[in-house]
Formats: sequence, C-alpha cells, structure tokens
Amino acid sequence: MRRWYKGERVKGAGLDGVSVHHVTRRTFCRWVGAASAISLGCSGAPETPPSSTTGRSKVVIAQDPKLRDTRGKLSPQRVAALLNRALQALFDRDHPAEAWHQVVRPGQVVGLKVNCLAGKGASTSVELVEAVCESLQQAGIRPDKIVVWDRLNADLESAGFRIRERGPGVRFIGNDVLGYSDELYAHGKAGSLVCRTLTEVCDVVINLPVLKDHSITGVTIALKNLFGAIHNPNKYHLNAGDPYVADVFMLPPIRSKVRLSICDAFTPVYQGGPSYMPQWMWPFNSLLVSLDPVALDYIGWQLIEQKRAEAGMKPLRELKREPRYIFTAADAQHRLGVCDPQRIQVIRI
Amino acid sequence: MDRQLASSNPATQVPVDQAPLTECAYRGFDTPCWERREFLKCAATGTYLLVNPLWAARTNDAVFTREARHYEKLPHKQVKCVLCPRECVVDDRERGYCGVRENRSGTYYTLVYSRACSAHVDPIEKKPFFHFLPGTAAFSVATAGCNVNCKMCQNWEISQVRPEQVQAMYLPPDKLAQLAKQTGCASIAYTYSEPVVFYEWMYDCARASRPLGIKNVVVTGGYIKEKPLRELCKVVDAIKVDLKGFSERYYQEVVNGQLKPVLDALLVMKSEGVWLEIVYLVVPTLNDKEGELRQLARWVKSQLGPDVPLHFTRFYPQYLLKNLPPTPIATLERAKQIADAEGLHYVYIGNVPGHPGENTYCPRCKRPVVERIGYQIRGVHLNRGKCKHCQQPIPGVWKS
Repeated sequence: MRRWYKGERVKGAGLDGVSVHHVTRRTFCRWVGAASAISLGCSGAPETPPSSTTGRSKVVIAQDPKLRDTRGKLSPQRVAALLNRALQALFDRDHPAEAWHQVVRPGQVVGLKVNCLAGKGASTSVELVEAVCESLQQAGIRPDKIVVWDRLNADLESAGFRIRERGPGVRFIGNDVLGYSDELYAHGKAGSLVCRTLTEVCDVVINLPVLKDHSITGVTIALKNLFGAIHNPNKYHLNAGDPYVADVFMLPPIRSKVRLSICDAFTPVYQGGPSYMPQWMWPFNSLLVSLDPVALDYIGWQLIEQKRAEAGMKPLRELKREPRYIFTAADAQHRLGVCDPQRIQVIRI
Repeated sequence: MDRQLASSNPATQVPVDQAPLTECAYRGFDTPCWERREFLKCAATGTYLLVNPLWAARTNDAVFTREARHYEKLPHKQVKCVLCPRECVVDDRERGYCGVRENRSGTYYTLVYSRACSAHVDPIEKKPFFHFLPGTAAFSVATAGCNVNCKMCQNWEISQVRPEQVQAMYLPPDKLAQLAKQTGCASIAYTYSEPVVFYEWMYDCARASRPLGIKNVVVTGGYIKEKPLRELCKVVDAIKVDLKGFSERYYQEVVNGQLKPVLDALLVMKSEGVWLEIVYLVVPTLNDKEGELRQLARWVKSQLGPDVPLHFTRFYPQYLLKNLPPTPIATLERAKQIADAEGLHYVYIGNVPGHPGENTYCPRCKRPVVERIGYQIRGVHLNRGKCKHCQQPIPGVWKS
C-alpha cells in the first residue's frame, strides 16, 4: 500500500486485519485539494456531461421522413438540420454549437471514424460526414483538424469519399497510410495494434457507425465499428464477437478518445449484413446519437429485431447470433455503458 | 520452435546468415553455429534477396491474388471456406479468420499467393526436423496470416497481421524453386507463420521444386481439413506439427482453436506416409501437467507409433503471455521422462542448446546416433539409416 504521508498510516486497526488510514483534517483537505486540481486540470478536453439529469444514458432517435428528395437522394440540408437537432436534444442545448462544444474544443484534432467496408449504400453516408464536418467547423474546429478515417483508402473511396491525406481541408485517410502503433495493446481476450490515426493524430474521436445486421456478431453498430481501428479484426468474430467487441473497445487509446457516437440509420440493414443488401434495408431516415455506445447498440439492436419481426424473420437469438457482447460491454469488468432498458432514456424527435 | 528472426521489413532486413547467431545469443549461447562455407552461401542469398528488385513492396495486390482452391459458394454472395476446420462463412468484401482470404463478389481469393514476407536459409534443425536430412539447409518462407491465434506466438508480427500490413516480395513458385537450388538448400520449408493459410502457393511451389530435386517440408499447427491435407501430402515430404497442448480447454483458451481436428490431421498425415515429427511447446502451468503429458505420449504411441519424434520445447515469454517465466529445464526433462517411460523411441528437449536431450539415441544400444548442439550437427553415426554400432534401423529421411 502506498504511504502518502509519514506517520499517518496505522496498521492493524481494521476488523479484517486490513490496514486502515486515520485521516486527519489536514490530510483530508490536502486530498480534496489534490482531487479538485486533478479534475480541473483536465482542460485539454471538455468534460462530457452526464447523459441525462436522471442518471440514465440518453439515446436520441432523430427522424425526418422528408430526408430524401423525390429521387430518393439524401438532402444535405435536411441531414445537417437533423444532426443538429439530435445533438441539441442529447445535450439539451438551444444552439448547435453549444452542443458540439460539449464534445470538442477548438484546437483539438477530431477524428471521424466512419464505416465503409460494405461500399456505397451500406456505409456511413457522405452527406452525414459532410454535415458533421460543417457543424464542427461552426463549433470552431479548423477543417485541417478534422480527419475522416477508416481501415483502407480503398474502402473510403468505395463509399464515395475522396482521399485527401494532407492539405488545408478536411483529411480523408485510411489506416493503410499511417499504419499501426508499435505498442501492442491488450485487454481481456483482445491483443491488438491500434491505428496511428487514432493513437497519434486524433485527440478526440466521433464514432459514425451504420445500423446493420451482422451475419456473425448479430449486429454491428457503435461498439463494433472500432474494429476498424485495430490491425486484426478478423480474429475477433468468434463466439458472435463476445467478449471481443467489448474488449477491443476497452483498449486504452480507444476507450479514452471515443466521445460520441452518431449512428447512420438512414437505410439500416436488418438481414444479410454487413454487406449491402438492398432487399433487406428499410428507409428509416434516422440518426441514433448517444454518448453511451452500449446504450446506443442496445437500442439499435432492438430496432433491428423489431424490423426482423415485422418481416417474419427469426430473432437473432434463435439464429445463434444474439449480440451478447453488448451485455458484456456493460458488465462490471468493462463498464462501457448501460444496456438495461430501465436505465436508458430514449428521446425521439 | 521455428522463430522468424530477421525483420520482415526488407528495408531493415538482417542478412539471413545472421539469424542463427542471433538465435543463439538470444538463448544465452554465444558460440557461432555456422561454418564458413555455410556463411558464404547464405551471405550470397542475403545479397540476392536484398538487391532483388522484387523485394520492393508491390502495391498492386492483383499479382498476389488467386482464387482459393477449397471453398464453396453460398447464396447472396457468401462463401464457405473449407480449407481449415473453422469453415468460415464469409460475407462479400469480408475476410476469413486467417485475414488472408477475401470474398470478392462471391468468389473467394487468397491474397498471399507468392507474397513472401519472410525468406531465409535456415538449418533444418531449426524447424525442428531431427530425422529429416540432418545438417542440411532449408530455404524457409512465409506469408502473413494464421488460422489460430496462440497467446504465446513468437512470430505474431507476421502471423497475426494482414498481408498488406507487412512488406513482401513477389516470389512465384518457379523463382522460389530456383532460389532454393541456387543456394544449395536440400529443401524448402513453409514455416514461421502458418502454411495452411498460404496453401495454394505452398502447393504450387512444392510441385515446381520437386523436378529440381528439392524436398518440401511443412511446419504447421495442423489445423487443416482432410481433403486439402491429403492433396498436400501428395506433394510434400515431411510435416512438423506444433501440437500446442493435449486438452480442448487449452486449445480453446490459449490457441483459439480445437484439439480434435489437429489429432485427426495427424492421423491423416501418418496414413499418407509423409515423414512426421511433433513439437510440444511446454508452457508453465498451462499445459505441463503430468497427466496431460502422459496422455499425449500414450496417444502418440498408440495412434502414430513409437517412432514418431516428439520434441518438448522450451517456452519463452512472448506476445500475450509475458506474465509467465520460461519453462524450467527440469519440467522439460520430466516431460521427456514421461514420454520415454511410455515407450516413445525419439523424445527430444528443444530450445535448450547443449542439452543431451537434443541428441538422437539408438533405441536398442542407447548410444548417440546423431549428436547436436543447438542447430549444429556434431556427429552422425548412421550407416544407411542404421545405427553404426548395432545396425538398428533409425526411422527418418537420411542423406544417402
């Protein structure tokens, strides 16, 4: 046991034989002072507020039935408006910039982790990414401090993004360009290298997953999107991703930098995912936004189950691909969020 | 244990001849193992590899991409890989567990055909093969990828990554065969990572090198299905299987695989008549229980026969198992005693240079017939595959 101050530790006073501290008034004041200094000293990043005043995790489901024009194309203006409304609802702020300031601060490098593996149609929408970039700039983030990233340049391109590795504007870059950390990060059953874009470039990461069914892990939403940050995701699909998905999210650089999840649920996939399966997608025209990736995943999973039931499909549990990793992510060893519906506040706007 | 020592990055490639020296130094054994002739031979190989323009990383993946040999097409552009017991069902644009096979619009491709990320000339004893052309060199190659994920993997920098995450050279089968011939290697060894995942390249290399008189040896975890294995056995000469443990629990928790398919594969190898050796890496507290070792020895004797060499090798902390100490030598000696007592004829102690357990002893007269120190052969007392002292046949593939 670490000795804080000489003469203050008294052994043998505990009932169970464990040594106890006799804290004097002066010591107590010192500790309080130190704790305050530490908490106030973390000025590099804004403090993320509690999800709600009720102590529950908030998940905002923001929907706009008129998100698409008559040809089915997403309206950039309506996507941007929907995004800002969702953020304002999440943080209970009157102005979008105020809401964004709860997540990022000027001067920080903000990474946007998109999901592009499935190519155009089942990847994070270009319109959503543009809207996030625009909102971040309005919140004072310079465009060259915004990095849109995923596994490969080729994946980004296949989803409709143009690669821009340097220059004054927003950067679009795959992990194949900067590579992976030299350090091997480990938690539980996961041991991985983490992409340098996350470990060395970004101060904050905003997670931009897609709401999709997954043929092995049940669903792929916020938690699993961070598989795109590691070098060996193929190793972690065993046992429907449990506990691997939760363990990967626990890797220190990931857990400490991912602040917010904005899930693209414009056209979710309820069967046959994660590939592009137009016959099993529906125009939900929604965003799911939360600070709690576990709560977001739980709500997203229920939406997919609901849609599957409407389509007469079996629940994921019967197909042996129930996403149990969501429960693992909420357990005492992980504490990445909550998945108890009683502790999730769903706000529909 | 066949550790890949030289960097997989050609920019920092260590000349291949230095690898065994480094290995010795790593184990606290600082006597150079290689003779002048071998040194020069390997220096020439190293120079060739370094100046070979093929080492330049090919950014065009198409040259390394071939349709996989063992898979089934499923509806909705899914595929099912039937190369290894995992039988991965892979969605479009996704990869299997090994990370080196990809579904592209319903066709399954290997991405590592001719994509060598490591190439070295090694003594065959390093694999280890103790009954297969002792004292010869093996041209040893690997690609990225593996179909298990052992927590103690010592080559995880290449086995647990995807092909595009390490630099590689283009080494087609005919080129590899020529290179092995030019460097005076008696064999090509498919090793370091897991050859099962680069099956197509290995298979074609074996076929291309046989007409040149080059043997082919495979260093594998044995996690492969029967059909591809039987096909492979037709074109290779020897297989060394890393039997990681002898319990399903160990395979599940430490290896991320299953024991049963490996045992099945061993039986297939035996039935195909390919030369077979087994390595058992003894990991303190995890797979070193007496009962487990005894079961292993009994199974080998009853199912494969007492003449299959069994190597108990020393574990060193690696990768995700850095919390355990190296295997005590006494533990290895105890394992050997157990296997000897169960009636196995050729039980070795590995990764302990200079230990008498490295030698091959005649099961009849008990005299040494092959003496080794590390990877170096100190004496061969065989006459046409028989003990010089008592004429007892010693099973193996020996130089004529």
